[in-house]
Amino acid sequence: MRLTGARILMECLRAEGVEVFFGYPGGVVLPLYNTLGEYPDIKHVLVRHEQAAAHAADGYARVAGRTGVCLATSGPGATNLVTGITTAYMDSVPMVVLTGNVARDLIGRDGFQEADITGITLPITKHNYLLMRASEIAPAVKEAFHIASTGRKGPVLVDIPKDVFIEEAEWDGYPQGVSLRGYPIMDVPREEEVDKAAEIVNSAKKPIIIAGHGVVQSEAQDELVEFAERSDTPVLTTLLGISGMPEDHELSYGFLGMHGHFYANMAADRADVVIGIGMRFDDRAMGRFSDFNPTARIVHIDIDPAEIGKNFKTHAPVNGDVKETLSRLLPQIERNSHPEWRAEIDQIMDQHPTDYIEEGTGLGGPWLVRALAEATEGQSTIVTGVGQHQMWAAQYYPYTKQRQWVTSGGLGTMGYEVPAAMGAQFAQDEPIWSICGDGGFQMTSQELQTVADHNLPVRFAIFNNGFLGMVRQWQELFYEHNYHSVDLGQPDFVKLAEAYGIRGVRVSTRAEAIQIFRDLEGYDGPVVIDFQLEREENVWPMVPAGAALSETIESAEEL
Amino acid sequence: MASRNTIVAHVEDRPGVLARVASLFRRRGFNIESLTVGHCEEPGLSRMTIVVDGDDHQVDQVCRQLFKLIDVVSVQDITYVPMVDRELALLKVSATNFNRREVLDVVEVFRADVVDVHSEALIVQVLGDEGKVNAAVEMFEQFGILEMVRTGRVAMVRGTETTKPPAISDSQQAAAAIRAMLGRRPEGALPFASD
Ligand SMILES: Cc1cc2nc3c(=O)[nH]c(=O)nc-3n(C[C@H](O)[C@H](O)[C@H](O)COP(=O)(O)OP(=O)(O)OC[C@H]3O[C@@H](n4cnc5c(N)ncnc54)[C@H](O)[C@@H]3O)c2cc1C
Ligand SMILES: Cc1ncc(C[n+]2csc(CCOP(=O)(O)OP(=O)(O)O)c2C)c(N)n1
Ligand SMILES: [Mg+2]
Repeated sequence: MRLTGARILMECLRAEGVEVFFGYPGGVVLPLYNTLGEYPDIKHVLVRHEQAAAHAADGYARVAGRTGVCLATSGPGATNLVTGITTAYMDSVPMVVLTGNVARDLIGRDGFQEADITGITLPITKHNYLLMRASEIAPAVKEAFHIASTGRKGPVLVDIPKDVFIEEAEWDGYPQGVSLRGYPIMDVPREEEVDKAAEIVNSAKKPIIIAGHGVVQSEAQDELVEFAERSDTPVLTTLLGISGMPEDHELSYGFLGMHGHFYANMAADRADVVIGIGMRFDDRAMGRFSDFNPTARIVHIDIDPAEIGKNFKTHAPVNGDVKETLSRLLPQIERNSHPEWRAEIDQIMDQHPTDYIEEGTGLGGPWLVRALAEATEGQSTIVTGVGQHQMWAAQYYPYTKQRQWVTSGGLGTMGYEVPAAMGAQFAQDEPIWSICGDGGFQMTSQELQTVADHNLPVRFAIFNNGFLGMVRQWQELFYEHNYHSVDLGQPDFVKLAEAYGIRGVRVSTRAEAIQIFRDLEGYDGPVVIDFQLEREENVWPMVPAGAALSETIESAEEL
Repeated sequence: MASRNTIVAHVEDRPGVLARVASLFRRRGFNIESLTVGHCEEPGLSRMTIVVDGDDHQVDQVCRQLFKLIDVVSVQDITYVPMVDRELALLKVSATNFNRREVLDVVEVFRADVVDVHSEALIVQVLGDEGKVNAAVEMFEQFGILEMVRTGRVAMVRGTETTKPPAISDSQQAAAAIRAMLGRRPEGALPFASD
C-alpha cells in the first residue's frame, strides 16, 4: 500500500502504541496536521509554547514509564524545544522528538524558517535523524523508539522536511526489528563482574547503597529492597533516585548531596563500601570529588560503560541494567547484619534530624511540604520546579512508590514544573501536585491554558516567597547579603488563574493551608494555590559549593 | 603522563557521522591531534584513526564516549599493541640549480620521493611514522619549505590480529565483544587511573 510520509509517520506512532503527544503546528508540518483527524486514537495536545511540549513529553515519560513524544515545526518551533530536549537528555528520559523542516531543495540554502536542528541537537540527543525520503520514515521511527527506550534512555530527534511528509512510499507494516550494529544492548552483566561485586559487598563492615535514577528507570524497587535487607545495607538515594527506595523502610536514610540529609552525607562519607546503583556520581550528589570518602571501596552498577570510572576510581565495575544485575547478584549475597554501623547512622540522625520546622502560624516551606504529605498520605505524584521549593519537596515528602517524584536534576530547568506536571497528568488519573516556584511558574504559566483546555486536575502549589529564593540564599550566604535581581515582581496569581478559567486560591496561614487541602478532596479540576511563604527562609542542610560531604553545614553560623 | 594515543574506530558510512564524532570531542574537551577517515575492507563502514592527547583515564573516556555514538560500530585503543603507523607529507621545497643536488641527497636519506619538479622548487613526498616525517621536515627546513601538507596517522596492528568490528548476529555476543574492546586497562585493573 502506498501512503504519504505524513500517514506513514502516524501509522508508526499507532504501532508504537502512542496514546498522546504534545505539539504545535506551523508551515512545514501542515501536511502532518492535515492527517491528524484520521488518527483520533492518538491524542494531540496543543500546547502554548514548544518548550512546554518537550517538558510535557518528559513529564509524561517519567510518570508513565514510557517514551514521551512531542512535535514542532521547523525553525523557531524546533529551536524552542532545545531546553526541553536538554532537560530530558541530562536526566536520561526516553523521548521521541519530531520536527518538520523546510522542503529538501531548500535545505542548506537558509530557506524561510530553516534551522539546522539536527546540528543543533547533536550534543543533546542520544541520536538524531534527518530523513530525505518517505521510505526512510518507518525504519527511522522504529529505531528512534528503540534507541530512546533501551539501554541508558534518552531523547532521539527525527527531522522531516515538508515535502517528505507529502511524498508517497510503500507501507507494508511497521518494521519488526532494528539492526543497529553499533548499539548492542548491555543489560546483562558479565559474570566475573557480578562475582567481584558480591565479594566486596559480602566483606563490607560499613556498606552503604546509593540508589539513583537508574533504579527508578529499571523499576527495580523490589530487587533493591531485597538486596538491602539481605546484606543489611542502609540505602541513600540521589535526588533523582528518590522514590526508588520506599522511604518508610527502616533501611532508608533519604538522599545525599548538596541539600541532602546531614546523616545521609555522613553515612556516605564514613562507609567502607559504597555501592552506587544506577547513578552517575554527580558532583551535586558527591560533593568535592577529591575529598569524598577516600578509603571506601566503590562498587558501581551502571548500564552505561562510559559512566563507570568517569568520576571515581571503581573497585568493582558492573556494566548492566539494575534489575538484571541485582537479580543475578542477589543469590550471591550472604545474609548479613551490621547493627553497629546502623546504630552509628541512627545516632547521627537523632542528633541531626532534617527538621527545620519553625513554630508559629506562618507558612514555611518545610512545614508546608509536611502538611501536604499528611493531607495526601504520602501517596501523590509530585512534580517540581527548580530552587528551594524543589529541595523542600525532596526532603520532607515521604516517597514510597516508584515514579512518584518528578524533577529536573541534571539541567535544573526552572519553568519545568507547569508543563511537566501537565504532561504527567496524561499518564494518570489521580491529581498531580506541582510544587512551583514563583519564579519558575512565571516562566511557563502560559500552559495554564492547555491545562484548562483539558480540564486536568493538576494542583499547582506556588511556593511564593517573592524571591528567586535559591539564588537569594546564595547571595545572602556567599555574597554578603548583596541582593541583586532576585526580588521578583509578580502578577496576582489568583487573578491570573481565574483569567484562564481556573480556580485560584490564596493561602497565608497554616490553618488555611490545612483547610484548602481538605477542600480539594474530590475536586477534579485544576487549581492554582498561591501559598504566601515566609520570604527569607533558607534550605538546610547544605554542602557549600566546592566543599566535601563531610563539610555539610546546618546553619549560616557554621560558615 | 600525557602522551599521543592511537585509537581505531569503525563507523557507519553515513552523512553527518564525522560531525557527530567532532561534536563529541569538542563537547567533552578531548584533545585531538589528528583524525583520518577513509574506506576499509568492509563496504558501508569507514575507518577512523584518531590520535589523542591524554592520560590513561582520558583515553579510556574517549573510547567509551565514542562508542556511545550509535553510528560508531567499534572502538579500539591500539596504543600499546604492536602496530605499524604511517603518515604522509608533501613538502614544496625551494630548490634551484645551485642546491638541487643537496636537496636530492636529503630526499634519498629519507627514502622520500620527488613527485614534481620545477626550476625553483620540488615537491617531496615523505612517508613514514610521525618521527621520521618530523625529522625529514626539520632537515628540509634549511632549504626553505614553501608549503607543507601532512595527513594524519593511519595505523594497523601487526600479525594476524585485526581491529575489525564484530559482526552482529547475537546482541549478547556483540555486547561481550564490545566490552572486551573497551578501555585500555589490563583485565582486573581499576578502570580509573586518576591516581
Ligand atoms: C537545585 C539543585 C540541587 C541539587 N541537589 C542535589 C543533591 O543534593 N543531591 C543529589 O543527589 N542531586 C542533587 N541535584 C541533582 C544532580 O544535579 C543530579 O541530577 C543527580 O544527582 C543525578 O542523579 P542520578 O545519578 O541518580 O541520575 P541520572 O543523572 O539520571 O543518572 C542515572 C545513571 O544511572 C544509569 N542508568 C540509567 N538507567 C539504568 C538502568 N536501567 N540500569 C543501570 N543503570 C542505569 C545511567 O547510565 C546514569 O549513569 C540537584 C539539582 C538541582 C537543580
Ligand atoms: C531556566 C533557569 N534559569 C535560571 C536558573 C538559576 N536558578 C536556579 S534556582 C533559581 C531561583 C528559582 O526561584 P523560584 O522559582 O521562585 O524558586 P525558589 O527558589 O524561590 O523556591 C534560579 C534563578 C535555573 N535553574 N533555570
Ligand atoms: Mg521563589
